[in-house]
Amino acid sequence: MNIFQVAYKNLLRRKTRTLFTIAGIMLSTWVLVTLLGFNKGYEQSLNENIEGMGFQIVLTAKGCPYEAATLMLKGGTGLRYMPEALVRDVAGRAEVASATDMLMHAEFDPNKGESGGTIVYLGIDPQTYPEMKPYLQFNQGEWFGADSAAEIVLGYEAAELEQREAGDVMLLPGSDQEFKVTGVLKRTGTQDDGMIFLPLKSAQQIFRKEGLLTMLGLRLKQDADQNIFEEDLYTLPDVQVVSMAQVKNTILSLVASAKIIVLSIAFIAFLIAMFGVLNTVLMSVFERFQEIGILKSIGALPRDVFQMILIETTLLCALGSLAGIIFAYLFSGFSEMVVRYLLPFAPNGSLIIIGWPTIIFAFVSITLVGVIGGVYPSLRAASIRPLDSIRSAE
Amino acid sequence: MAFIEAKNLTKIYTRGTEKIQALHKANFTVERGAIIAVTGASGSGKTTLVNVLGCLDNPTSGSLVIDGQTVFEDKVHLSESALTIVRRKIFGYVFQKFFLLPTLTVKENILLPAVFQPGLRANSARLTEVLQMLGLDKRANHLPGQLSGGEMQRTAIARALINNPSVLIADEPTGNLDSKRSEEIKNLLLELNQKQNLTIILVTHNPDLAKIGNQTLELKDGIIQ
Repeated sequence: MNIFQVAYKNLLRRKTRTLFTIAGIMLSTWVLVTLLGFNKGYEQSLNENIEGMGFQIVLTAKGCPYEAATLMLKGGTGLRYMPEALVRDVAGRAEVASATDMLMHAEFDPNKGESGGTIVYLGIDPQTYPEMKPYLQFNQGEWFGADSAAEIVLGYEAAELEQREAGDVMLLPGSDQEFKVTGVLKRTGTQDDGMIFLPLKSAQQIFRKEGLLTMLGLRLKQDADQNIFEEDLYTLPDVQVVSMAQVKNTILSLVASAKIIVLSIAFIAFLIAMFGVLNTVLMSVFERFQEIGILKSIGALPRDVFQMILIETTLLCALGSLAGIIFAYLFSGFSEMVVRYLLPFAPNGSLIIIGWPTIIFAFVSITLVGVIGGVYPSLRAASIRPLDSIRSAE
Repeated sequence: MAFIEAKNLTKIYTRGTEKIQALHKANFTVERGAIIAVTGASGSGKTTLVNVLGCLDNPTSGSLVIDGQTVFEDKVHLSESALTIVRRKIFGYVFQKFFLLPTLTVKENILLPAVFQPGLRANSARLTEVLQMLGLDKRANHLPGQLSGGEMQRTAIARALINNPSVLIADEPTGNLDSKRSEEIKNLLLELNQKQNLTIILVTHNPDLAKIGNQTLELKDGIIQ
């Protein structure tokens, strides 16, 4: 038998209290791991979404920049349009490596979901758009051929929702025209998954937006100076220039404020864990006042008692934080669902990413904080005089 | 030279502004292998005397030499840790209330002193010997809650003996037992003294148990009569 076994068996004495203490530490760890996972997941998904756009710069009709950013990330409503001619010369500039015209259209479909929903169409140029997004791959079929064909390509989620496969014909909500599905894309984890793509000319025709665009996506040559190019574009009338880097920075700066709140909550989780442990272990020391005195009378030094109580504390904290990590991992899907419901904007992809660094940080920090909480009770226990404890029993 | 030599041992407690003299200039010696019965009425200073003798408490004045080592001299006290070292080397303790750890088995309770003395780890042969000596070999894996009072006290005695102490201090060892169990414990203490030459300091109210002592220290108001 060794001091570790004695400490372990001491914890079994009050099983309910031990379990509640472990549960308290577990909850703190759960909150911490989920928050840290969210911190990482949100940023990473946002980056992936923005990088998945395939453009460096997007021109939209003049309006609120945040609305423009949302439009690109989520396919928003309240769309503004700009004449094709207005931006035609931009695509031909020397700095531009490639450009693609897009017309976005949102249509309410009463048959989507339980209470209806918005379907987002994106009219694209079948020659330039796929070049801009080479990572788009097909589950079935291929891109449509002609610029004005009555054909569509479905994003992965759109195909699932519509229950369509390549070769099917479907009547587009908002139009009375039948379109043939030429392909279904693989999942990308971006807003493209929910899109219905159709040729630009067809889109302009069926949505009665001839000669209009919602966006012009641009990718610059490697040697081009993006800042100078953007400055130049700002002189164009009625055009909003949105740089993807700006969009990302804008959203990340908003997220940074949320991070402070997140870290504050994490700090509170730390404190809860620490005071929970302090309270439980101190109570346990007071309860075992006589026993600890007897241990000292039969040969335990103050440092032995200190070590024993600290081992008990460490066991409590380690078990609690381990359980918290497991719970955070198992319930990350549920936590993500809640976060998505609460957030006004959540990028596609995993919002909560629990990696090894997060796990190790949470385990070590919660255990350490708990053990710090156990130092005072351990010192109290170590200072118990055997004589006092024996007298208290008389 | 006597195994324990006490000179003018005095212990004064302070309670608020009041000073209570629990022990007054006690002078006595204890030979190795003796059984000392400490008797007296409640509050006479019996427990104070054995606490000082057993290095659980410092005297206010006087000197105490145990096995040639000066433990107290006048007002010079050993530190808490130093007292613990002396306790580890010399003494085994048995208390009226047994003080067994409820989550540890009989075997584990007996081994408890060895946990804190890395250099003196009791081996399994010593454990078996003690279990057999105390008649606990069939109860080794039981928890204290599953034992009778006599068995619990025997477990406490086994715990006190596991590290081969020179002196066993037993404070009212039969105080919580019926007459049959008390007789068992009395015989056990006698056997330990005779077979192992164990020095026993026994605090008791029980005149029958006190009779096994070959030396009696009767206390009255902190003074040895």
